[in-house]
Amino acid sequence: MSIAEGSRQARPADGARPADGARPADVARPAEVSGPTFALSQLDTLEAEGILIIREIAAELERPVLLFSGGKDSVVMLHLARKAFWPAPIPFPVMHVDTGHNFPEVLEFRDETVRRLGLRLVVASVQDYIDDGRLQERADGTRNPLQTQPLLDAISDHQFDGVFGGGRRDEEKARAKERVVSLRDEFGQWDPKNQRPELWSLFNPRHRPGEHVRAFPLSNWTELDVWQYIEREQIELPPLYYAHERDVFSRNGMWLAVGPWSQPKDDEQVEQRLVRYRTVGDMSCTGAVDSPARSVHDVVVEVAASTLTERGATRADDRISEAAMEDRKKEGYF
Amino acid sequence: MPPTLEAATTLATKNTLLRLATAGSVDDGKSTLVGRLLHDTKSVLSDQLAAVEKVSRDRGLTTADLALLTDGLRAEREQGITIDVAYRYFATANRSFILADCPGHVQYTRNTVTGSSTADVVVLLVDARHGVLEQTRRHLAVVALLRVPHVIVAVNKIDLVDYSAEVYSQVDSDVQKVARELGIPDAVTIPVSALEGDNIVERSERTPWYDGPALLQLLEELPGADDPSDEDFRMPVQYVLRPQSAAPTSELVDYRGYAGQVNAGVVTVGDEVVILPSGKRTHVEAIHIGEDDVVQAYAPQSVAVRLADDLDVSRGDVIAAVGNAPEPVKDFSALVAWLHEKPLRPGAKVFVKHGARTVKAIVDKVHRRLDLENLNLVDADQLELNDIGRVTLRVASPLPVEPYVTSRRSGSFLVIDPPSGSTLAAGMVGVSTTWADLGTDEDVDSESDAWVI
Repeated sequence: MSIAEGSRQARPADGARPADGARPADVARPAEVSGPTFALSQLDTLEAEGILIIREIAAELERPVLLFSGGKDSVVMLHLARKAFWPAPIPFPVMHVDTGHNFPEVLEFRDETVRRLGLRLVVASVQDYIDDGRLQERADGTRNPLQTQPLLDAISDHQFDGVFGGGRRDEEKARAKERVVSLRDEFGQWDPKNQRPELWSLFNPRHRPGEHVRAFPLSNWTELDVWQYIEREQIELPPLYYAHERDVFSRNGMWLAVGPWSQPKDDEQVEQRLVRYRTVGDMSCTGAVDSPARSVHDVVVEVAASTLTERGATRADDRISEAAMEDRKKEGYF
Repeated sequence: MPPTLEAATTLATKNTLLRLATAGSVDDGKSTLVGRLLHDTKSVLSDQLAAVEKVSRDRGLTTADLALLTDGLRAEREQGITIDVAYRYFATANRSFILADCPGHVQYTRNTVTGSSTADVVVLLVDARHGVLEQTRRHLAVVALLRVPHVIVAVNKIDLVDYSAEVYSQVDSDVQKVARELGIPDAVTIPVSALEGDNIVERSERTPWYDGPALLQLLEELPGADDPSDEDFRMPVQYVLRPQSAAPTSELVDYRGYAGQVNAGVVTVGDEVVILPSGKRTHVEAIHIGEDDVVQAYAPQSVAVRLADDLDVSRGDVIAAVGNAPEPVKDFSALVAWLHEKPLRPGAKVFVKHGARTVKAIVDKVHRRLDLENLNLVDADQLELNDIGRVTLRVASPLPVEPYVTSRRSGSFLVIDPPSGSTLAAGMVGVSTTWADLGTDEDVDSESDAWVI
C-alpha cells in the first residue's frame, strides 16, 4: 500500500475523534460531554502540530526541501506533507544525503515513493565527495559524519532556505534542546546557546540571506508515537524494519549486517539471526536488533517494552563521544 | 504508575497530551524533580541511565546525577547549569506528557515565557527551607501573565525540614496569598522530596498530615487545555490550496481550499463564517483533514476548509464565526515580554506576526514596566531584556486581534526584528489584570480604548 492509499483506508475506531465524520453534522454540543468530545487524542494532536509546521515553512520560505532517506521518520513526514496540501501536490522537492553505504532495499523504497508521489528528488552523494577527494574516508569506516558537507553544499547550490528534518527530541539529548524551527548561519552552523525563543504556536522562520532554517515537524513525537501513527495510518515502510533472517556479526554490542561495506574482522563470527532495524542509516554504523516482530503491531508492542533507546541500540556514530550529536549538529548535521 | 505494556500500545490513539513546564530557582532541585519523574515513570531507558551513571562516576559522584538526563549540551554538562529548555517525554497509563524543562536562573523571564507559552500546567519549585522568595513571586507573575491554566507549587526538600507540617502549611499559605494577588485561580501546593521520591509518584507515608494527591496523580487528573466549544471559531489561513495550477485538466480545476489550524472553537459544515479583515460572509461547504471529509473540526486540528462562495481569501486572513468576530484594528495596546538584548524604544519599526499574518508595525509608546523585583509598576520609556511592559502598537494593515484573556492563540503575537529576523518579544493583546494594569486607560488612544479590557 502506498502512502497515498494508506490514508484512504478506514481508521480503527477511535472514540475521541468526532471529526472523522462518524457523527452527524447537527451533533449537539452538550456542556456535560464537551470536554471529552472535543479532546484530541495524542496522535491527532501531534499530527495537527506537524501539519501546522509543514504548512508554515512552506508558506513563509521561498525554497524549502524535505530530507527524505526512506527511513520511518522521513516517511511519516511525507505522509504529513501529503495531508497538509491535499489535494494539491507536495509543493517542495525531497533530498537524500546518500552515504553510498545505504541498504539497497531502502534506496529502492526511496525511488519508488518519489516516483509514486511525483516528487523531485535531489541526491547529495558522499561517494562523489570521496571519489574526487573533497572528503576522506574515516578510519572507523562510518560515513554518517561525512554527510554534513554534501548536505550543506546541496543546500547552498540549490539555494534551499528551509530544510525539513525528521529529528525527534526523544532521540538524543542534543536534539532535545533544539527548537522546532531552528536557525542555521551562513555556514550551516547551529548555535545551541543562542536560540530564538519559540512561543505559542507562532513559528518564526525569518532569516538573513545565506542563512537557512531547519524545521522539525516531528520534534514532539516519540519512537512509539511514530510507530503507532504508522499502524493507524497504515503507512508502508522498507521491509528491513520488520523481522527477517540476516547474516550479521557482533561489534560493540550491536549486530552489524554483513555487506559490501561492513565485513567482520577475523575474530568476529558471522551468524544468521532473526533481526530488524529500528533506524535505517548508513549500513556501516547502523545496527540491527534481535526481534521476532514481523508486523507493525508487533513492532509497536516491542518498542513499548524496549529498555533501550532507538539510537543507543543501533547507532555506532553516536557513541564516538558524549556530545557526538551536538558536535555534529553545530557543524550543520541534521 | 508506569503504563502496562497493553496500555502503552493503545495510549497514543486514545489518550490526551498534557504540556508541562517546570520553573524554579537554581538550587531548588528542579533537575532532580524532573529526573525523578522520568525515572519513576520508567521513561529513562537503560542506556540513558548507564550514560548518566558513567559520567557521574567519572566526576567522582557516588550516585547518578539525574540532572544530566536533561542537561544535554556540552556547555551545560561542563558548567553544571541548564542553559536552555530541554523537552522530555513521559507517559503513565492515563496520559502522555511533554515536559519543557526550563532553566531557572539565566534570563529567567525569557525561559519562563518560552516554556509557559504552550504549557497547560507549570510546576514551580520552592525550597521548603527558604519558602516563598522574590524569585517565586517573579515566576508566578510571569505564569499569571501568560495565563497558564494550572499552577502547581512543589514544596521541595521537605525531608530537610523533617517533614514538618508547619513548614508546609506556612509555605502553602504564602503561596496562596501571592496567587490571590496575581489572580491565579487554583494554585495547588504539594510537599515533596525530589531526592527521596516523597509524593512524586506515590503518596508518601512520611507526610501523613498531607491529604492531597501525589504530583504525578495530580498531573494525570488535571483537565487539559481549554474546551474548544467555549470559544468562537477562528482559523487563520496558512496556505491556499489550488491544485488546478499543477494539473489544469483534472477534476480539481475549481478546487480552492483554505488550509490552517483551528485556533479556537468548533466549526461545522454549513456554518456561516466571516472572512477577516474583508468582512465578507459565506458558508463552510466542506472540511478536510488530509483526504478525509469531516463534518466538524475543532481547535487545534489542522484542516482545509472550502467555502460556498468564491471570495478573495489569502494567507493571513482569518475565517471566523459570525457572532463576536473581532473588528480588525490598526492600533492596539499589549503587554510584551521583551526577550532580546536589543532594547525596545518608542518609534521602533518592527514586524508583528499574528496568526499567519506578518505586518509592519511601529511602537507608538512604552507606557509602564513591571518591576519584577517587587512587582511594582514603574514608568518606563524603553524595555530591556527580560522586561515586561505595556506598549501601544500601530500596524500597517488591520489585524483581527483579540484580548489574550479571551484566547491564548488569537491574542498572542510575536515582535520580530526586520533586519535580522530575530524574535524580539512575546506579545499579549490587551492584557490587563488588577495587579498588572500596566498603564492606565488615559495612556491609550481612545479608538483602541473600546476593546482594551
